[in-house]
Amino acid sequence: MIYEGKKKIWADYQKEIPEDHYFYVRSCIRQSFFPASEATFLDITRNKLGKDIFETKHHTTCGGIAYHSDAIPQETSMTIIARQFALMKKYGYENYVCSCITSFGLYCETLETWREYPELQQKIADNLWKSCRLEFAKPKFLVHASDLIFKYRMQIAAKSKFKLVNQKTGEPLRVVEHIGCHYSKMFPSKGVGGAEYPYVLVGMIEAWGGQIIDYPERRHCCGFGFRQYLIKGNRGYSVSNTHKKFESMEPYKPDMIITNCPGCPYFLDRWQYVIAETQGKTYGENGHGIPVFTYEEVAGLVMGYDPWDLGLQTHQVSVEPLLDKMGIPYDPAKKYLGRNGKDLGQPGKPHCLK
Amino acid sequence: MIDFGFSVSPSSRINLDSVDRESFAALAKLEPDVLKCMACGSCSASCTASQFEPTSVRRAILSLQNGQVEQALDLLKGCMMCGKCTMVCPRGINTRHLIISIQKIYGK
Ligand code: SF4
Ligand code: SF4
Repeated sequence: MIYEGKKKIWADYQKEIPEDHYFYVRSCIRQSFFPASEATFLDITRNKLGKDIFETKHHTTCGGIAYHSDAIPQETSMTIIARQFALMKKYGYENYVCSCITSFGLYCETLETWREYPELQQKIADNLWKSCRLEFAKPKFLVHASDLIFKYRMQIAAKSKFKLVNQKTGEPLRVVEHIGCHYSKMFPSKGVGGAEYPYVLVGMIEAWGGQIIDYPERRHCCGFGFRQYLIKGNRGYSVSNTHKKFESMEPYKPDMIITNCPGCPYFLDRWQYVIAETQGKTYGENGHGIPVFTYEEVAGLVMGYDPWDLGLQTHQVSVEPLLDKMGIPYDPAKKYLGRNGKDLGQPGKPHCLK
Repeated sequence: MIDFGFSVSPSSRINLDSVDRESFAALAKLEPDVLKCMACGSCSASCTASQFEPTSVRRAILSLQNGQVEQALDLLKGCMMCGKCTMVCPRGINTRHLIISIQKIYGK
């Protein structure tokens, strides 16, 4: 990677991210895939950094997965989105932050479509009024939750207890960053650092002490691809995409992967199991996989949260090798204990993946 | 091993750093016109043998450029040297002669 060149590209793509006062919307799938990520985001921003992040139980899905799977038309998803924006206005906010990259991409697409076709915007505003009696509004600033963690990365670094550094060797950890395709591939100007080499996760890795790995298939899709996964007959495409990425990053010996999308950590994590069980191949050290994290989980680890409170026991690829490298203490006996010590039960062990 | 009902498809990636490209350079020296091919496919479309056997000068040239020699020779196995492809090639390549040259360089 020619670092000076990347810095120039990054400088061309800077977006304005307000410091505070956001209306927050969750992702429908992250809650089950990586259950503590959003709670950690809210805890860090609200309680540790003292920001005003408002959330209402009345918000819904953005409709993105149904839209990208051709199950609902664009106007339906636009009306759902108009309702979310209207709720933001109703509660007195004008900055909108969403947890999901699919949503973020769809919000960008919707706002651009409305800008180009004002008559369509009017139609959606009418639909919204007829169906919900809510007043149409658009956010002044639209950001993704990873943009906010990027913005606060130095404040998080200042409060950090651990660094992305191998405690035994003193070397920075070798980190693969993977950006969700819908973050900036569709609208490069909406992402920090553009589409080719987004800076959003790189900035976090640098601030927290890690080293970024540049590898040939760095910008390749994680393999989710909506219909590629949702239809079983197509899943070979999905896992082949992921396989291609892992084959490409393997020679660079990554210690971990950080992602900013709901689908990417899921597929990069779970498909390592499928690749191990179908190909007999693992990509980490000593039969382990490469642990995959959301950016909130990494922020939580750096700030000293208990790994099991971050939900890391729900990952397919075991995270312990990375915790050991970072020198983070954890109690193996508590791995599968839920709230108040409730036994969550042990998952079955894979044959090939440790 | 578990059967999930789907699996990783074999990669179609070609690593040009690891294939034999010297033979293609030798072919281009013997038959410089091979570099003029624009992959229009007129040769394959007019080929009588291709009705019965997978035969294609166009695909054979591409395969040789990618170092897939076996595949290329397979694509010329059915050739009966009729020369129809030479008559239709818009680049004026003597494809019939080219096929002979390919056999000279790559044939076993
Ligand atoms: S010379 Fe061979 S390749 Fe060309 S048209 Fe005839 S049979 Fe086909
Ligand atoms: S007709 Fe000539 S130019 Fe066209 S593909 Fe065949 S050899 Fe190439």
